[in-house]
Amino acid sequence: MSRMRRRIILNQTFKYVFIFAMSLALIALSVLIYRILSQGLGHLNIDFLRQYPAPYPDKAGLFAGIMGSLYLMLLIAPISITIGVSTALYLEEYAAKNKFTRFIQTNVQNLAGVPSIVFGLLGLTFFVYLFSFGYTLIAGALTMSLLILPVIVVASQEAIRFVPNEIRQASIAMGATKWQTIWRIVLPAAIPGILTGSILALSRAIGETAPLIIVGAAAAIYTIPDSLTSKYTAMPIQIYNWTSRPQEEWQYIAGAGIIVLLVILLLMNSIAIWIRNKFQSRY
Amino acid sequence: MSVAMIDEKVEGEIVEKNSSIFKIEDFNLWYGTNQAIYGVNLSIPQNKITAVIGPSGCGKSTLLKTLNRMNDMIPGVRTSGQVMYNNQDIFRNKQMVEELRTQVGMVFQKPNPFPKSIYDNVAYGPRIHGIKKKKVLDEIVENSLKGAAIWDEVKDRLNQNAFSLSGGQQQRVCIARCLAIEPDVILMDEPTSALDPISTSKIEELIKELKNNYTIVIVTHNMQQAARISDKTAFMLNGELVEFTDTDRLFSNPKDKRTEDYITGRFG
Repeated sequence: MSRMRRRIILNQTFKYVFIFAMSLALIALSVLIYRILSQGLGHLNIDFLRQYPAPYPDKAGLFAGIMGSLYLMLLIAPISITIGVSTALYLEEYAAKNKFTRFIQTNVQNLAGVPSIVFGLLGLTFFVYLFSFGYTLIAGALTMSLLILPVIVVASQEAIRFVPNEIRQASIAMGATKWQTIWRIVLPAAIPGILTGSILALSRAIGETAPLIIVGAAAAIYTIPDSLTSKYTAMPIQIYNWTSRPQEEWQYIAGAGIIVLLVILLLMNSIAIWIRNKFQSRY
Repeated sequence: MSVAMIDEKVEGEIVEKNSSIFKIEDFNLWYGTNQAIYGVNLSIPQNKITAVIGPSGCGKSTLLKTLNRMNDMIPGVRTSGQVMYNNQDIFRNKQMVEELRTQVGMVFQKPNPFPKSIYDNVAYGPRIHGIKKKKVLDEIVENSLKGAAIWDEVKDRLNQNAFSLSGGQQQRVCIARCLAIEPDVILMDEPTSALDPISTSKIEELIKELKNNYTIVIVTHNMQQAARISDKTAFMLNGELVEFTDTDRLFSNPKDKRTEDYITGRFG
């Protein structure tokens, strides 16, 4: 009887422990959102989206940051998705299942967990100095591509693995070559998963700050990039710059910037979820 | 049977009746160190239905997949002996394996349509072999679906996803997809084992009709099915070919004790 009681009490206790843990997360999130909205919402208007940075809070805008982030995305997306999907195709469809492949596999997964600042240092060494790109848009884009590459590889591999072997065999059995099978059967079936993973990876890239600081994104810039070797800034860099100023008004401007960044992130994640749901469970 | 002969005469292409399209000689196959097929000798006659029966794991599917070299995809497979297709060794031939597979088509155990429309499923084969003209493709798709006895059921919804069809319909679309590459031989790996009785009998009818224009090799562990539709039956056990003869004779008067035990249901 007493043992039964203990089990029931334990059962209840754990339920409340878990509810408490979840509430903590919810509270932290609500406080964060409340603070940002209350500080930033008042400064969020069309001019804020259209203006370049300025020495006065009421004249400062996020335009250079938004455009910089957009140009970064336009470079990062094709670079990282092409290389990432190709790597995933090689690992899943071509590579022999041996120790060497498993070694690479493990390391790709480890790379996905490497702190972003390490990728920043890598970018600084390679792209900024070794390739002499300097503190330019292309150096930033390549560094960020490297950062999200492992995530895209892992997500694409999972999507490719999810394509049933039966339809690969059906294609091969009709005299299709391996490449025809990959191009016409495997990739179309894996595209939803690949896209979902890629968008989530890109939304990570759009919010990253540390590597961009290291490879020299500018804090205050009054033009938008017009070539691969232009100076550039990005939304998180602008926000970081504003939060590090002593005057209180800058904190409100930073809040407005964070709202813009959050909205863009939420939009990207919603698109990813929408794609996933739209194409889910077709087999 | 008689219908088939008339067709052969009309077409006038098949000179030698009962000639073998496949000659398997002293064939062994290993998965790694595991031997799955032991010294099989077998001649598969043209424009006939040859059934391969036997208990699970006897090597009948492995033997079937050897004929279009689908076993190549499995790592660690080794073979010895010869498999002659139209008097050429399929393993030592200059001919590309892709070409062999367009001449020797395959229908799988589980219906495996592509996640595409019915039309695109059937047009897949012609497309990968370079046919692009819409008109030609339309014609091939229609003829193939008619050949697989499913045209009337799907002609109004060719653009629907093939997954919207029932299992039996899917399997006939897969047969149509196979016909679209105009093979000479169709290999069938237990094509009705995932289907209900009505779909099964439809597909059996279809297989009997296909015999007029194609050589069919069908693996089944349904002995009644082999008896109903095949001309020749091979009985395999533990990787060996025990007996191969006319279907009637194998089921009425088996020579080997093991065949008799199997078809009378003493094991398997």
